[in-house]
Amino acid sequence: MSHVTSAVRPPLVTGGKTYADVTEDISRQVEGAPTREWTIAFTIAVVVLIYGTACVFWTWWEGLGVWGLNKTVGWAWDITNFVWWVGIGHAGTLISAILLLFRQKWRTAVNRAAEAMTIFAVLCAASFILMHMGRPWLAYWALPLPNTFGSLWVNFKSPLVWDVFAISTYFTVSLVFWYMGLIPDLATIRDRARSKVSRYIYGAFAMGWNGSAKTWARYEYMSLILAGLSTPLVLSVHTIVSMDFATSVIPGWHTTIFPPYFVAGAIFSGFAMVQNLVLIIRVVFKLEDYITIEHIESMNKVITLTGSIVGVAYLTEFFIAWYSGVEFESYAFINRATGPYWWAYWTMMTCNVITPQLFWSRAIRRSIVWTFVLSVVVNIGMWFERFVIIVTSLHRDYLPSSWAMFHPTLFDISDYIFSFGFFFTLFLLFSKFLPVVNMAEVKAVIKSSSERLPVSVSGVAKGERVANPTFNKDVE
Amino acid sequence: MSDVHGSGKFLVGIFDDDDVVLQAVKEVKNAGVRIHEVYTPFPIHGLDIALGHPRSRLGIAAFMFALSGTLTALAFTYYTEGFDWPMIVGGKDPYSPIIYVPIIFELTVLFCALGMVGTFLISNGMGPTVKPLMYDLRTTDNKFAMAIDLSKNSIVEGDIEQILKDSGAAEVNVKQF
Repeated sequence: MSHVTSAVRPPLVTGGKTYADVTEDISRQVEGAPTREWTIAFTIAVVVLIYGTACVFWTWWEGLGVWGLNKTVGWAWDITNFVWWVGIGHAGTLISAILLLFRQKWRTAVNRAAEAMTIFAVLCAASFILMHMGRPWLAYWALPLPNTFGSLWVNFKSPLVWDVFAISTYFTVSLVFWYMGLIPDLATIRDRARSKVSRYIYGAFAMGWNGSAKTWARYEYMSLILAGLSTPLVLSVHTIVSMDFATSVIPGWHTTIFPPYFVAGAIFSGFAMVQNLVLIIRVVFKLEDYITIEHIESMNKVITLTGSIVGVAYLTEFFIAWYSGVEFESYAFINRATGPYWWAYWTMMTCNVITPQLFWSRAIRRSIVWTFVLSVVVNIGMWFERFVIIVTSLHRDYLPSSWAMFHPTLFDISDYIFSFGFFFTLFLLFSKFLPVVNMAEVKAVIKSSSERLPVSVSGVAKGERVANPTFNKDVE
Repeated sequence: MSDVHGSGKFLVGIFDDDDVVLQAVKEVKNAGVRIHEVYTPFPIHGLDIALGHPRSRLGIAAFMFALSGTLTALAFTYYTEGFDWPMIVGGKDPYSPIIYVPIIFELTVLFCALGMVGTFLISNGMGPTVKPLMYDLRTTDNKFAMAIDLSKNSIVEGDIEQILKDSGAAEVNVKQF
């Protein structure tokens, strides 16, 4: 309410909701018994998780030989899946941090679910790091521990060590940001709770929140600083992931445009995943008044922008490969487009560069079916992007006698399926036990952008207010 | 932390609207009533200023934590790679601060975020076992409560109640802790 919203802007919350409606609509699914749809979805997710976990343990028991890796292609689906999940994990903190700094109020309806998605996606990514180590009980070797634990300190000059710091910091800060955002809403659920058990549990997690003006002032200040910190952090994470490749000498990886190109791709795939989750949430939990077509269109615009950046990056890579005059580099790219993995390359090109351009049409951008389908297509494309970068760069070694192909085995596929079971189990638990929309933040934007005033002001005409609800006076 | 450990008899004015409560704070203060605190379901910009709360110093704390992260990363990378076990990788100097920029950045952010959130919780007296004093349970839903500590005001209870109602309170309750 600290600034004027134009009357031309469409409302963020439709249906003339009051503050009490917001609490009621969003707390409902937390307080009621699980719905049948939720129970079915959760059962499927847990079954997939159990199957996947068994396969992951078999991978560790038997060794990484169960994967389709060979001497030439020593990295394939494991790192593809890792980069894919980390990329998906970019949208949440981008929505909550960067859009907060840019005062994009539409973020309030989707930031909670997007941040939850971020945290779970980063956990899925981390699981592939543990998997590809082969000996997960030695995972602590990646930590900077003194000599008596191992033989040496870790090599702080290695991007892989930077990655350990980047991913763990990103996970921690995202989790803290998400949890801090949850506290006022947990207090709301605590104060509505009828059973002693839920009052105790939500009360413990609400940390004694009382909503005093002083607490809110500090809270807003803290959120702003956290957003300021998270903004460069989001950009740093995929920058550093890209350096895992860019600082090597492999043709196709040794590319200076990797950091911005990876960051754009990460945001691209992250928003696509947010679309998929949010489109389901809004229907299942009947939140169409909070997550409106305007929200979906805004995110589609981000997808179009970042998809186009990714497209430019693909073309730039190709041009530079030719322009550099380096034979190895040129060959790597021609081989990508016309070699044995041509189908992966053209899947990537179609899904990431061509189909997202359909979003230039307003009708498609505002269509739920199109949005859902194209978002799935984007994430298929982004998975193939990482596969193309990793496998096609490796499979033609410098020595033609070492040339090889990568063929996924049952365990490559099952370990990937594991991550879906893990992700959806966590996400479904979140959607049942925590409010999927940030109630406090939605209440704060409802008046400046709702269709009508949320409460009747008859009898309280003494408070000086502007008649037009879309033009609230600057209260400072 | 006075609101956490408050005691005594309070008058609680309940408001339905954020703009009304903000205006009411000014009116009630002008009438000479000391306001204990206002409780709201979402942040109202300018409310802390209207109540006369001092500006939060959380930013200073955040800067200090960030600085401690930077210094820790600098000291740690220097100790390990420049002093304890220098390693030459790719012919580069064993210790070259530029190459540690990612580590320094990440630790700066990590220390700042965790330190600031810890400071926030401590300064508000918050924790998993803390039971908050709620002047009205609806303040986390849709109502705005203005609490007035009767022991800190010389005006009689009935007059304060009238001032609250005149400034737009939908109801006025008595709360005893």
